[in-house]
Amino acid sequence: MADKTVDARNLQCPMPVLKIAQAMNEVSTGQTVELIATDRGSLSDIPAWAKDMGHSLKEQFETGDEFHYVLEKA
Amino acid sequence: MTIQDLADAADVVVEAPAPEMEDTTPQKEKMVLIAASGDLDKAWPVLILATTGAAYGMEVTVFFTFWGLSILKKPDVKISADDWRQKLLGMFNPGSTENLKLSKLNFGGFGAKFMKDLADEKHVASVQELLELAIGMGVKLWPCQMTMDLMGMSKEDMIDDLPEPVGAGSAISLMKEASISLFI
Repeated sequence: MADKTVDARNLQCPMPVLKIAQAMNEVSTGQTVELIATDRGSLSDIPAWAKDMGHSLKEQFETGDEFHYVLEKA
Repeated sequence: MTIQDLADAADVVVEAPAPEMEDTTPQKEKMVLIAASGDLDKAWPVLILATTGAAYGMEVTVFFTFWGLSILKKPDVKISADDWRQKLLGMFNPGSTENLKLSKLNFGGFGAKFMKDLADEKHVASVQELLELAIGMGVKLWPCQMTMDLMGMSKEDMIDDLPEPVGAGSAISLMKEASISLFI
């Protein structure tokens, strides 16, 4: 279970990135945030953002139409 | 020496510049966007990129020039200019995020309305929402002083709490240091 969950379902670009960025500001190093999105663009945007910001993408999976990402704050 | 003299001397000591401290905070990467268009379909990407740049931890500045300045106008603002040509320009370009037109297929405003309705249905953040997000995320919105003078716009014609208007020199100075600079 992630330390924080962010619901970005039904939100289009650029909102999933903005939401995860905001959530990451609210947790401490080593804590995890789970983002749930339906924007297909997030499949490339979220891993790219995580890599560029130095956060690790611990998990990524799909449930139905939803994309889940679990990131650990660097 | 009087007490006042001592107090004055103390003031001098207090006011003396502190020795230069080494700045250890890492410099943020900079991103500069030049918003030169008041078209809805240009304002949108400007603000999407500005907010995303901020989400990347970058220091983002948007320089609004020429029609781009329309994005920062208050809704239905009456241009405070005296010149009849400036008044006309203001009248036919009411500005604000509500009144932006599509660069093509605008159809007297219907095209822009369809686009905004579609965006709403598809949960795409509106230009106004993105502008508010950008402000909240600390994106600097620089109005162009020359455009304001040219079009007879005052600070009161634009949304509140904007930074002081600047010129091309400030934009270039910032772009020289920026890792991303775009003209949109």
